[in-house]
Amino acid sequence: MTVKNPEFNASRRQPMSNTKLLMLIAIGIFIVMYAAAMIFIGKRFLTVQEIFNLLNNNAYLIILGCSLTIVMIGGGIDISVGGVVCLTAMSVAKFLQFSGIEGPLGVILSILLALGIGLFFGIEQGFLVSYLGIQPFIVTLAGMFLSRGVTTMVSSENVPIKHEAFLEMKKITFQIPGVLKLELGAAIALLILVGMYFLLRHHKLGRSVYALGGNQQSALMLGINVKRSRFLTYVISSVLAAVAGYVFIMHASSGKTSIGLRSEMDAIASAIIGGTLLTGGVGNVFGTFFGVMILTTIQEIMAASKVQESYWQEIASGAMLAIFILMQSVVLANRGKKINLLSRLKSQKE
Amino acid sequence: MIQRKNSRKKADLSQLIIPLAALGILILFNLIRGIAIGDLGFFSIGTRVNNDGNVVLAGNLISIIDDASALAIIAMGMTLVTAACGGQDISVGAVGAISGAVFVKVLDVFGLDKISAGSIIVALLAAIAVTIIFTLFNGTLVAVFKIQPMIATLILFSCGRSIAYMITGSATPQLNDKLINAIGKTIPGIPIPTPIFLVVIMALLLTLIFKVTNLRLYTQTVGINQGAARLNGINPTIIKLLSFVILGICVSLASMIQVCRLNQLSHKTLLDAIEMDAILAVAIGGNSLGGGKFRLSGTILGSYIILMLTNTLNDMSVKPESIKAYKAIVIIIIVIAGSPAVKEKISAFWKRIHNPSGKTVAGR
Repeated sequence: MTVKNPEFNASRRQPMSNTKLLMLIAIGIFIVMYAAAMIFIGKRFLTVQEIFNLLNNNAYLIILGCSLTIVMIGGGIDISVGGVVCLTAMSVAKFLQFSGIEGPLGVILSILLALGIGLFFGIEQGFLVSYLGIQPFIVTLAGMFLSRGVTTMVSSENVPIKHEAFLEMKKITFQIPGVLKLELGAAIALLILVGMYFLLRHHKLGRSVYALGGNQQSALMLGINVKRSRFLTYVISSVLAAVAGYVFIMHASSGKTSIGLRSEMDAIASAIIGGTLLTGGVGNVFGTFFGVMILTTIQEIMAASKVQESYWQEIASGAMLAIFILMQSVVLANRGKKINLLSRLKSQKE
Repeated sequence: MIQRKNSRKKADLSQLIIPLAALGILILFNLIRGIAIGDLGFFSIGTRVNNDGNVVLAGNLISIIDDASALAIIAMGMTLVTAACGGQDISVGAVGAISGAVFVKVLDVFGLDKISAGSIIVALLAAIAVTIIFTLFNGTLVAVFKIQPMIATLILFSCGRSIAYMITGSATPQLNDKLINAIGKTIPGIPIPTPIFLVVIMALLLTLIFKVTNLRLYTQTVGINQGAARLNGINPTIIKLLSFVILGICVSLASMIQVCRLNQLSHKTLLDAIEMDAILAVAIGGNSLGGGKFRLSGTILGSYIILMLTNTLNDMSVKPESIKAYKAIVIIIIVIAGSPAVKEKISAFWKRIHNPSGKTVAGR
């Protein structure tokens, strides 16, 4: 995962970029967390299948993490993703249950429906943020209200799915030699993760997103179409949120209005733990992936450690979050000092 | 960047155009709708006799202004934090729950059945002290460790209500007392609900502070350019911390109002989701969410607009769960009307009307 690329480093003349450093910290923390889980809880965490279970149960969160990573690298924020997940899941459930279209056609139409919802929110929010210059927080807050409100209009009761073709698709699992099982949703999440990595690292759009998040003025001077790039980050984010909603409904197979409550905050937190900065320009989807794994491991540990009261779980995960955020800030601050010192020395020599 | 440049160019009062227009449209809409259905109940202001036999003001408009009290007070503090730090505190709801829990716990220590003015004051002071500790925690993360405010406050946002639960336990204590009613509803003999007075007092207090001290200037300077502020001898850290302290006072006051209004404390629902409304009030009031210049009157107007909107939708018998969707549409319209791109278009249009010859205006 952390393949060293000597040429890349040499051309930059920096020992390691902030992105990589923060991601390495996240990986380190995950390993420590998982080791702690193995020691204190044992048994379940000693099997490889446990990692796959974490993946299967939290596939939608990984996709949401990716969607927030690209928006945050571009210097924005998208808090509507939780609502879009809920609206997509509910609409798909309602469509499959009440449209009466059986067979694979119904499934394909439901996928198109989900993507349509994602595109609508993406285009609306991207246009408002990028072309009209409205603060992303307010736009996506309105998006959150809109999606949650429309969800209750679609249905305010639980909608269980009994569509046969859908249930067939839900059963698809990937058997990896041995007893390892990977659900379709988790496979989609991993595919998206890899796809986003290549988009951000090796595609023109991804590079311009980094540039515009780092410094909008310089990006503009470099000839990057800043408005279009920012617009596309929001479109990608919302479409991914819709995909996450579909993955969620494949896992849960019942639409509820409480789906994805606060999941936008979990996604933001995991992106941050993974080393994405809210100020933009720094971040990596694999870091976000480890952020999700850290958060879910904390939850698993809390659930397994026989702490009955849920409030202790919340306090503990809040404390963990505080520690990560503080550590990142301290590391980055000291790093900044070193770089400043170097540049100062250089300028003195000149 | 573009937004900030624009807002700095405009005169001070122009900030209030959008909220005032929104308020005007809401009032007009309700007027037309009221005439159409032949019921102007939305604007009713009357008097009624409450349970204690006092004459109090009642009616829809009064209840809107009354309901908005907690939101308006929190939004005032939020305005300051936004102006100084260029970010928002999303933990105000959770911290408000903690504050309410402390308030009730201290009252409980004195005995819930024999509440006196003294015990309320002690409880309020204790609540303010505890709340300031929590907001200062946020403030330290933001000002000293330079973490983005939304992320720093995410910590308390996710675990604040659990801390409140730890303080009070699962019970939802009931507060039935004349003094509590005097704070949450009306003081006997005065027909106007007390929370409205508290909003006025808080607004006047902050205005007085801004008039007497340089706090307003310093806060705006820190918000617009932190480096320049430091070079001018202002300590940005202290200004930011101060804004969080003021937010803490606002939050605990609002939380006390809400506890007294509802006559009970529930750590789950007290000031639920108020952070979003407060940020919205700041934005509707025409304040830049990126920090810098601010106007308290805009924020207060913004919070009344939000409540009036909710009330209008309630009136139109929209399902309570679906209100959010309509609210979102109205928010989108308001922010589009106030967006820099649209403002430029309008001012260009304005200039074209004033220069029919088609010459562009040279110079600025």
